[in-house]
Amino acid sequence: MSTKTASARPAKRLGREERLAYGAIFPATLLLIALLFAPALAVAVVALTDWQLGATTLHFVGLENFKALFADPVFWTALKNTFLYVLIVVPGTVVLGLIVALLIEASPRLRGFYRAVHFLPVMSTMSAMAIVWGTMLHPTIGLVNRVLASIGIAGPNWLRDEQTALLTLAVIGIWQGFGFAMVLFVSGLKSIPQELYDAAAIDGADSIFERLRTVTLPMLGPVMMFVIVLTACRCFEVFDSVSVLTQGGPNYASEVLLHRLYTESFNYLRTGYGAALTVIYLTIIVCLTLGQTRIMERRVHYT
Amino acid sequence: MANIHLDTIAKGYGETAVLKGVSIDIRDGEFLTLIGPSGCGKSTLLRIIAGLETQDSGSIAVDGDIIDGKRPKERDVAMVFQSYALYPHYTIYDNIALPLRTRRLSNAQRFPLLGSLVPGRQTIEVGIRQEVGNVAEMLGISHLLDRKPGQLSGGQRQRVALGRAMVRHPKIFLMDEPLSNLDAKLRVQMRAEIVDLHRRLGVTFVYVTHDQAEAMTMSDRVAVMIGGDVLQIAPAEELYRNPDDIRVAEMIGSPKINVVARKHWRIGAPQFALPDSQIAFRPESATIAAPSGGMLEGNVAGIENLGADIFVKVELGDAGPMVVRRAPGERRLEIGESVSVITDAAHMLVFDAAGKRVRPVERIAA
Amino acid sequence: MSKLSSISRKVPQILRHGILACTGLFALLPFIWMVSLSLKPQEDIFAADFHLWPSQFSGVENYTAAFVSAPMLHFLANGIFVCAAIFLVQLIVCVPCAYALAKLRFCGKDTLFAAVLVGILIPPQALAIPHFIMLYLFGILNTYASLIVPWMISAFGIFLLRQFFRSIPDETLQAARLDGLGEFEIIWRIMLPMSTPAIAAFGIFSVVAHWNDLFWPLIAVRDQEISTPALGILLFRDDETGQSLGPLMAGSVIIVTPLLLAFLAAQRRFIDGMASTAAK
Repeated sequence: MSTKTASARPAKRLGREERLAYGAIFPATLLLIALLFAPALAVAVVALTDWQLGATTLHFVGLENFKALFADPVFWTALKNTFLYVLIVVPGTVVLGLIVALLIEASPRLRGFYRAVHFLPVMSTMSAMAIVWGTMLHPTIGLVNRVLASIGIAGPNWLRDEQTALLTLAVIGIWQGFGFAMVLFVSGLKSIPQELYDAAAIDGADSIFERLRTVTLPMLGPVMMFVIVLTACRCFEVFDSVSVLTQGGPNYASEVLLHRLYTESFNYLRTGYGAALTVIYLTIIVCLTLGQTRIMERRVHYT
Repeated sequence: MANIHLDTIAKGYGETAVLKGVSIDIRDGEFLTLIGPSGCGKSTLLRIIAGLETQDSGSIAVDGDIIDGKRPKERDVAMVFQSYALYPHYTIYDNIALPLRTRRLSNAQRFPLLGSLVPGRQTIEVGIRQEVGNVAEMLGISHLLDRKPGQLSGGQRQRVALGRAMVRHPKIFLMDEPLSNLDAKLRVQMRAEIVDLHRRLGVTFVYVTHDQAEAMTMSDRVAVMIGGDVLQIAPAEELYRNPDDIRVAEMIGSPKINVVARKHWRIGAPQFALPDSQIAFRPESATIAAPSGGMLEGNVAGIENLGADIFVKVELGDAGPMVVRRAPGERRLEIGESVSVITDAAHMLVFDAAGKRVRPVERIAA
Repeated sequence: MSKLSSISRKVPQILRHGILACTGLFALLPFIWMVSLSLKPQEDIFAADFHLWPSQFSGVENYTAAFVSAPMLHFLANGIFVCAAIFLVQLIVCVPCAYALAKLRFCGKDTLFAAVLVGILIPPQALAIPHFIMLYLFGILNTYASLIVPWMISAFGIFLLRQFFRSIPDETLQAARLDGLGEFEIIWRIMLPMSTPAIAAFGIFSVVAHWNDLFWPLIAVRDQEISTPALGILLFRDDETGQSLGPLMAGSVIIVTPLLLAFLAAQRRFIDGMASTAAK
């Protein structure tokens, strides 16, 4: 008799915990589906249609959008520029961030001040700061060309020149991001145990560069990897500075993927084409992030 | 006031059975200790009594009422946890007051932010303040009420945890290794305080520990658990003198009881001990004699002088080592010296091959 | 001799400050330039010779022009409202879910957690088209709702809070259950107060991201009335007054300052918060 009630009861209690859990996850689950997974699926579907925003008809066109995309030289320019941007900004950000981090951590003097100063660009609203950069790079009244002129060099029209536009945007990208890399490097430096430096000193590696080579840089390996991938992800998302300063011009010299996506989808309202572009973009980002987790896992075993 | 009736409680996680049908009757106002090695199921049993976990089968009755389906807060039990589980963001006062607030304030009065505006809350709070004050005074922590748990020492946190349990006058007190995070000296002191608390409150205590000293000194009765089973429930003295199972005998007592297989005894083994049985005796019920004068022969392998007692470790060869207690006045022994050991039949405990106790009467009855 | 060695010992220090001053100047230059221009009259900006400090102080005129010809305060208020609303909704949605994932047993838990991890992978920009279509179908484009709705869920927030909730010992929750707290009260009175570092980190991450976001407001909003600061400054640039650099720079100062002040006031929190949420 008593065992009978007892065996019936536990099931009921477990049920209560489950009911509670389902109540708790219901809103989040619903929104995850409605705002993340269903839209992601919708992008893939729209990419296979000729749909245009506001149109009432819709035809499946198979891979036509992708064919059009791959036949479009502007797409290839945008892709090339994006990778070029990544190739400039990532090393720039990592090297500058690492140097600043090493110098800041080298001594406690003014440490907090330097950290705050270098972190300010990370916090600033890019659209406003891009406008400011625009005036600094102005061919005649801009700070950069005034300084160059004072030493007798006639600076180019940085943002209007096909040769310099992308490079200039990349410098702005480094400006915005290197403080963040610095912060990540600092936290990586802090986690290196002092005993390793002591051991290195006893083993004879006591000059600054020896310490750097034998202890600091190898121990920073995982953080370095992380900063590289993170910066690369942010680079693929570059949009604000392009949109504010060059609109991808001149002559697509600074056109990048996300700005292309925006222009095609929301200016020209070529939704199917934009969706195909989105699929490409999504694939790149997901591969990059997955690659990072794969590498990070291997690194964890190593350290 | 409550007696607790545990009826064949069983619990398993996946393949492993943690409790294999445990039945215990805990008397009203009793201090019962559950002792056993880690993983024996003692903490699980305690959590099942509290309602924090649910048994797979079996039932629990308190004062005759089955409480199986009840939630923890409906069971009128209080629990002191190993880590104390104080709320780090609340002051000591709020930590102790919380169980009273949840019981006395209505849902509206407990509503986040707006609750303090609901009428009637103030008068209830005054009553709570009074009671928290009483408890704090009783435990000597009145001066700590404004602090947070992080600012307290281990012993003080322990008292707060006790206070939080006491404040609502539960029928049953459950304690899950409450002293294991304290240093040795404080542990002895808190042991006495908890016993004193039990005497003053007079309610049922169920206490889980793996420390036999706590079990022996604090409890009315001790339940020895191994591998999900209760082997024996008895007062500490009884467990020590008259264990039912060789595992109980080995767990209780320090230094450990000596166990020597029947076959190693030259002479003196009880007649009812079968050839495959084991014979055990306590260090204090044996004496050292000249070589070949006693029942077991061996060499002195070590001497531990604790001042009041001297424990001599004797290596018996195949039969393994054993320990004899001597008084300080006796002749000094040398390491390696050949000796023999004498004990008397009245102090021998005989266990069969499976480890169950064999008593002379049973032998005669059979 | 000793003097020489003391100098040589100071060299690394001098070098350190020298290099950091250079990189620091690189970081600060746009801010200095922005403030400098915002205090100058138009003719001073276009003058042939350049001074950092204005020869003729017209800060008052520039900032007045920015405030009068564009609803700068309105942009800021929009920014605060939208960011606060987004974060509040995210908390309400994510906290119970994170709690269930961290502390409750239920069927499908692993699946949900895997879904959350996949959700973190998806860059929000990639969902702009379907979000836009959805809001268009609901007819709420160009409203506050259109700025908030797509961000109501944060897979990253769920993940972050779940990780933190897991570090809260089960014994504390069990003690709370014995003390008579219901599950909602456990979340409100125990989990949330004990998780303030994680909540703060998530809050900083969320607010910084949405305050500075330009991509989505550019798509969803055309109207100055509901522009967030990042979009508002662009609208102001295209405005007639914004053609003059002084007021435009003044406007930029107004847009950039609030977040920077918040950062300077709680540097440690911000830096730790941004660093700990970098996994995104």
